[in-house]
Amino acid sequence: MIDGPARRLDEGALRALVPRVLAGLVRRGEDFDAAEDALQEALLEALRVWPEHSPHDPRAWLTTVATRRLVDARRSEAARQRREEVTHAEPPSGPTEEGDDTLFLLFCCCHPDLAPASQVALTLRAVGGLTTREIADAFYVPEATMAQRISRAKRTLQGQRLDQPGDLAVVLRVLYLVYTAGHAGRVDLAGEAIRLARQLTLATEEPEARGLLALMLLNHARLPARLDSEGRIVTLDRQDRGLWDTREIAEGVRVLQSALALERPGRYQVEAAIAALHDDAASAGETDWPQILAWYDELVALTADPVRQDPAAVLGRAVAVGHVLGAAAGLREADRLREVLGERHRWHAVRGHLHELGGDLPAAATAYADAAHRATDVAERDHLVRQAARARAAQARPDAARGATTARPRP
Amino acid sequence: MPKYLILKHYRGGPEQHHPFPPMDQWAPEDVEAHMAFLRNVGKLLEESGELVDAQALTPERTWVRYGGPEAAPVTTDGPHPETSDLIAGWYMIDVESRERALEIAAYISSEPGPGGGPLHEWLDVREIMWERSQTTDTA
Repeated sequence: MIDGPARRLDEGALRALVPRVLAGLVRRGEDFDAAEDALQEALLEALRVWPEHSPHDPRAWLTTVATRRLVDARRSEAARQRREEVTHAEPPSGPTEEGDDTLFLLFCCCHPDLAPASQVALTLRAVGGLTTREIADAFYVPEATMAQRISRAKRTLQGQRLDQPGDLAVVLRVLYLVYTAGHAGRVDLAGEAIRLARQLTLATEEPEARGLLALMLLNHARLPARLDSEGRIVTLDRQDRGLWDTREIAEGVRVLQSALALERPGRYQVEAAIAALHDDAASAGETDWPQILAWYDELVALTADPVRQDPAAVLGRAVAVGHVLGAAAGLREADRLREVLGERHRWHAVRGHLHELGGDLPAAATAYADAAHRATDVAERDHLVRQAARARAAQARPDAARGATTARPRP
Repeated sequence: MPKYLILKHYRGGPEQHHPFPPMDQWAPEDVEAHMAFLRNVGKLLEESGELVDAQALTPERTWVRYGGPEAAPVTTDGPHPETSDLIAGWYMIDVESRERALEIAAYISSEPGPGGGPLHEWLDVREIMWERSQTTDTA
């Protein structure tokens, strides 16, 4: 091969190898903790070396370098403890299915004994192949803190049996957390979550795994329309639908249909169906609210006491009720959540929306201001302050309802 | 270079230059102008190489102290939450001098308020202590 200028490293391809290499190491009897550390070192080495000298067989390269690190680690450990060195025989790695590896590792990383923050961090490193620094950036904590979180998580796993099938529901929850929990403008965790969910659907027939992938795709498709050029939030009813990613919507709908065909509904499939109905409307006015309400009815029917067990579903349903049966009916639904969600910004924001829908602008302005007061996201807080100011101004001067005038009140 | 915190307050501090209502009661175009100004402050400080960090705090506050062995932490919202200082957020900057820190703070305080004129908001400027590596003897 002719040496050209350094080729750009295909990081995606590199990181896709991580779960396969790690699963191979763990399956041949390496300790998960040590193997994961060794692979992380191999990965950093690869990021450094591969742009200049890319290996013929990247997977074998990573396995070899990680194994060398493991042997080195064992050797220094042995020297330190004055124990006899155990030479490591390299057993042939048998052919394994890529999907099996991913599922096996996801069950390790999403072990129920770990706290959610640790499950997320470990999953991103051991399955996603992100570096500790990237994960730290995504969650806006110092790298040392994230390194500590990851090593504590791995210590928790020591001595646990990792050969049992884990809890898929936990894995799905962790992946959804990866999708939603990253800090804006840092590492693309949403894209990473979609990649991991796609891998997961290759490993299991479980319809909820497909439901989750569909939900992510159908929400992610609207990402380009969600903020304007100034970084301001644009609500669904005002988004430029031409900016939506039609390819992602098509894939999401396809994945969702294949999940629904198995006729074992679950919350991710239902939420994906609702997202699909929004994606399907050519304009906000054409949204099929009755059908959305029907899916929300299914969603709240999944729990025995939805107000306490799934208040987010009840709140979403209240919006749908408002659009189908009128603002007053929607507000009555929302009021059932006062005790559970009364201190959360979203409850107040929904009430603001419903009051506005019913034409009660003073009440809408108050509710939006109450929501802004409780918001924990800067962009959302700013958006809610704007909503409050807009509703108040529209009430005072109806012509300004949509910012149609720049006239100032006279002194 | 010294580091400073420029603290913004929800309430507290010296008497306001002029009274103004909460932002959700401003005209929408004044809200836009105010937010655009503050977005630009962050951008300017980043471009000048002086921004370390900028964060906003929610207004919810809980005072907490050790409750004793086997006891839950003791918490309170009082005693005078309506008059006490309540920090809204900060810029952390790394600048040449204290004068530069004050200059930046004064610029932030010129943020447009209701009606479009400067808000003249009081900002609290605090120098951050640091731990030098002991590469020279202490005088």
